Amino acid sequence: MTDQNFPSTEQFDVVVIGGGPAGLSAATQLKRQGVANVIVLEREPDAGGIPRHCGHFGFGMREFKRILTGPQYAAKLVKEALRAGVAIHTSTTVVEANEHGTLRVATKQGVRKINARRIIYATGIRETPRSARLISGCRPLGVMNTGALQSMIYLKNRKPFKHPVIVGTELVSFSAIMTCRHANIKPVAMIDELPHVTARWPSSLFPRLVGVPLHLETRLVRIIGEKQVSAVVVENAEGQRRELKCDGIILTGKFTPEASLGRSGHLAVDPATGGPVVDQYGRCSDPVYFATGNVLRPVETAGWCWNEGRQTASWVKDDLAGKLSGSEAHLRIGIKSPVIKYVVPQQISVPDLSTGMENLQLRFMQRARGELIARNASGDFMKWQLRVAPERRVLIPISDLGLTAQTHIQNNNDEIELCFKQSPQ
Amino acid sequence: MTLHHKQEDKPNQSKSSDKASGPMSGQVFDVVVVGAGVVGCAIARRFTLEGAQVAVVEKATDILDGASKANSAILHTGFDAPTGSVEVSCIREGYREYLEIHNNLALPLENSGAYVVAWNDNEVAALEAIVGQGHANGIADVSIIDTVELRRKEPELSQQALAAVAVPGESIIDPWSAPYAYLRQSLLNGGEVFLSCEVTGGNFDGQKWQLQTTHGTLNTRHVINCAGLYGDLLDRKILGSSDFDIKPRKGQFVVYDKAAAKLVNSIILPVPTGRTKGVVVCRTVFGNVLVGPTAEDQESRSDACTDEDALRALIASGTSKVPALENMPVTAVYAGLRPATEYKDYQIDAKPKRNWITVGGIRSTGLSGALGIARYVFKLYSDLGSKHAPVHSPKNPKAAALAQNMQRDWQRKNHGDVICHCELVTEREIQQALSGPLEARSLSGLKRQTRVTMGRCQGFYCSARLTELTEGHFDTPLSYEIGKSGRDHD
Ligand SMILES: Cc1cc2nc3c(=O)[nH]c(=O)nc-3n(C[C@H](O)[C@H](O)[C@H](O)COP(=O)(O)OP(=O)(O)OC[C@H]3O[C@@H](n4cnc5c(N)ncnc54)[C@H](O)[C@@H]3O)c2cc1C
Ligand SMILES: Cc1cc2nc3c(=O)[nH]c(=O)nc-3n(C[C@H](O)[C@H](O)[C@H](O)COP(=O)(O)OP(=O)(O)OC[C@H]3O[C@@H](n4cnc5c(N)ncnc54)[C@H](O)[C@@H]3O)c2cc1C
Repeated sequence: MTDQNFPSTEQFDVVVIGGGPAGLSAATQLKRQGVANVIVLEREPDAGGIPRHCGHFGFGMREFKRILTGPQYAAKLVKEALRAGVAIHTSTTVVEANEHGTLRVATKQGVRKINARRIIYATGIRETPRSARLISGCRPLGVMNTGALQSMIYLKNRKPFKHPVIVGTELVSFSAIMTCRHANIKPVAMIDELPHVTARWPSSLFPRLVGVPLHLETRLVRIIGEKQVSAVVVENAEGQRRELKCDGIILTGKFTPEASLGRSGHLAVDPATGGPVVDQYGRCSDPVYFATGNVLRPVETAGWCWNEGRQTASWVKDDLAGKLSGSEAHLRIGIKSPVIKYVVPQQISVPDLSTGMENLQLRFMQRARGELIARNASGDFMKWQLRVAPERRVLIPISDLGLTAQTHIQNNNDEIELCFKQSPQ
Repeated sequence: MTLHHKQEDKPNQSKSSDKASGPMSGQVFDVVVVGAGVVGCAIARRFTLEGAQVAVVEKATDILDGASKANSAILHTGFDAPTGSVEVSCIREGYREYLEIHNNLALPLENSGAYVVAWNDNEVAALEAIVGQGHANGIADVSIIDTVELRRKEPELSQQALAAVAVPGESIIDPWSAPYAYLRQSLLNGGEVFLSCEVTGGNFDGQKWQLQTTHGTLNTRHVINCAGLYGDLLDRKILGSSDFDIKPRKGQFVVYDKAAAKLVNSIILPVPTGRTKGVVVCRTVFGNVLVGPTAEDQESRSDACTDEDALRALIASGTSKVPALENMPVTAVYAGLRPATEYKDYQIDAKPKRNWITVGGIRSTGLSGALGIARYVFKLYSDLGSKHAPVHSPKNPKAAALAQNMQRDWQRKNHGDVICHCELVTEREIQQALSGPLEARSLSGLKRQTRVTMGRCQGFYCSARLTELTEGHFDTPLSYEIGKSGRDHD
């Protein structure tokens, strides 16, 4: 059983903020490695994170060698954590993350202040809502993200509309189609301003397969409707506008880390990822905090985040034992190209490079082919030939950077710049 | 007369649209207030406290559905209002009374102060006159400060700022809990409210009015037209003419994440242009930062659409004033409509022969002026000859504590659970807003009463639980059950 009654203790070895795949796997692994006092704080009534409301199959291959639905997967993660001896406190919200490992926590019994030697920041990711997309028009009911739709349908057996327009063609946009089908909702169209589907083939075939018209190079320009959405105005590449009748809008993807705890608090935030600035251990600007899972960046799968959580656990355990190198001296990894969306980690602590993330994780803004170049004060020192597309993971082995070379680690706050030179089409 | 509003009397509860012989036909009110915007709510409160039998009639399902839905939430001192106007006297009186009553009603008040910032030499030259006007309006502490002082107060302000007028009295409040509290105080002390009830016509027999509404007839000795954006239409329809024309003026806003509150301490005002107060950068009592409003004249009295280009221009304007806003996420966007007229001043006028008072054109300072307007209107009413015995030791409702610097419900025990994570709204707060005479009957009403879904995720995390909690409460439901007969017939 997860627990809504908060313990009277105030001091913990590790507190994990967020009981999604990353947080649960980190906590489970810490317990298995012998760290005594580990708790997970989860603000929802149930732990499990986003998969709780992903009713479709496709989870668990990496972790359990089985194909599970999201809810089955979430339940299994919770069970494993409890079996390992992790205390999971649900309906428990971390409202402030402060220096010296102090957290302010809201529980059903009121507010508590607790303290931890290390804190794992695993609050995940969400989609960008209508407001932050600045979409023009009226503000009627029926405009929502995939996550809200999924939780209405799979957790509450309720649906908000019957004939929505789906905006976006990321992987999650196709989950939105599946979610609709589950509730007998018939999307009238799927639109994207890009000239191609963002998700990989064969997802791109899916809309046609289930009879949802796909309009590319089509932009949502205006929402119409008084109480409930009644139509949208869309615009094609030629600037022609037309109205699509619909009773709802599903705004999919455009993920953004749920990183408000750090942003409102003292942790440095990377504007590129929207998540905390971390080193190769996921260690934040305050070295008591380690971030893991999708709060690090938009966006990876549950399996990826689960694995990341496990790795983070071992680094945190090492750190508790004083075996992790300090974060005082580090190299920054800067982006010097409008084509590169982000890089994680944003800095590398030196000199010990034997543990930590194996790869730099990059994402790109657009489809491109060309050369990724690493540059330091003495010039270009490494190149990679790449073909990239939006929302596709690009991994660059950190060992490729040859960072043991003294040149790179002499000065603290040295910077490696990443540039991208596009090949002529 | 009942002390509390009786549910069964409420027109919006009578599902059949029974006319004329409705449950309210027998009673004669002293005053019917048409419109539950901030002005109508404040007037209902004042008249109730003065001992009149008051009914408020509002056409929307929830109060504050017109101009009062969306504003900058500034409690103005009146330093820049036209000297000698009705407006300035109402603002000053409204300001004074808000300070007097806000503790009793548990209403928030943050005395942030404001700076009218000059960004070029012409604007610097205009500052003297602003100080002069402030002094002429009786606000003695308005003064010019230099950039050193300004930087000390607002370190994140752009280096382009040249000088400023400091207005220490300008404050920020909650634009919704205040009018809710005014109307609740009226209801607690004998007033009544009829929601989803539109006034459609009326006859005056020399003594009293028979007001036709969409839910029956109301008898009253006096009518106060507080119909905001529809004030001229109501006068025209019932009196045959109006002294003014409403010219709606839209104002759009961008609201930044709470993290941005670190960047702004006060209200950053521009040097006014004469037509509007211009784009403001300002903290809210909920801990956000807002940038706005625009000023766009339009025909429609209801179209509060937002527009991407206008919002981008606001973001550019905000970022030019506070550069660090650049990396702050946008939480919300919204728009409000000012009930402007062809005149600058408020259009408050009594028609003694017809027992009718019009309170119109409360354009851009109604939140600040409301309590003062209410006193002003009561004076006009008394001058018509009506006398009442004021309520002896009136009851005070306690507003829900939503402002950041108050003790919020989530900080107390037994709140059920936190439902809206971004704004930390509890189940108990939602249940409270869904009950009582001013129960929320739409999502926008619930938002104004609790702030649910108004935060950065805009319902990503809590919509599912919210749709369950609000089932059966809203006229337009948020969702319906899958596979249930009737609605899911596809
Ligand atoms: C709509 C949507 C659909 C998705 N669909 C898929 C899919 O089909 N397959 C897939 O592989 N991936 C999918 N993803 C990606 C998803 O992010 C990952 O699968 C995975 O859930 C990431 O795990 P996490 O632990 O990093 O974050 P989450 O799963 O998001 O878990 C974070 C947890 O932290 C909690 N939390 C946040 N803030 C606080 C706080 N202040 N205090 C306490 N608790 C807090 C949250 O309630 C949540 O339970 C989807 C994502 C979204 C948004
Ligand atoms: C962008 C913007 C920013 C502003 N900023 C500030 C600020 O910072 N500080 C400040 O003090 N003021 C500010 N204001 C001004 C303030 O919001 C308005 O002055 C105030 O809301 C006007 O209120 P009202 O009650 O007169 O009108 P409304 O709020 O429009 O109320 C009228 C009500 O009457 C109802 N109604 C109409 N016709 C009928 C009928 N026939 N029968 C029944 N009901 C009817 C309507 O539904 C409505 O609820 C701002 C306004 C805007 C738009």
